[in-house]
Amino acid sequence: MDILHIVTLGIVASVLYLILKDLHGSFAFFVVLITSVIILFFVIQQLGAIISLLQSLGERANIDNMYIRTILKIIGIAYIAELGANITKDAGLASVAAKIELAGKVFILLLAIPIITAVIDAILGFLPAV
Amino acid sequence: MLHDASILFQIAGIGIIVALIHTILKQMGKEEIAQFATLVGFIIVLLIVVNSLSDLFQQIKSVFLFQG
Repeated sequence: MDILHIVTLGIVASVLYLILKDLHGSFAFFVVLITSVIILFFVIQQLGAIISLLQSLGERANIDNMYIRTILKIIGIAYIAELGANITKDAGLASVAAKIELAGKVFILLLAIPIITAVIDAILGFLPAV
Repeated sequence: MLHDASILFQIAGIGIIVALIHTILKQMGKEEIAQFATLVGFIIVLLIVVNSLSDLFQQIKSVFLFQG
């Protein structure tokens, strides 16, 4: 899908939202939700190519597969949390959106624990044994 | 399913029709049936939206989380 298609989709969605907002509020919210889902769907489909490039680069550089996999997982969590938080904020639940963002941050940190441990181990390996 | 904007127009059309039905039924004095029609339309739209949301989540899973 082209960038033109996505922009057109956004404009059409805003017009439909303006029409539906006065008629029925919840359907207007569904229009917003489905627009975000469609756009994100296509962005992520395109992102697959970039991800495979990243993976092949990492294999060429002999980086441990675990690190790349963790980073990709973190990016995925960030995308999902961002979508959820923005949709929830649009519906007017700012506090729930803040909690979703908090949960995303916590899970990202949780996934990063092996990497942090590896970094600390490397630093400790540099230090001379006392 | 998510390949063009037709799903968007589908939802907007269902919304407009449901609002129309709601207004007409309310004018006829059948408040309960109007509420019921709104509920049914809401559930239909919810079905469409949840289906596409699950498509998106599957896509994210297969791209980022390695089919996990």
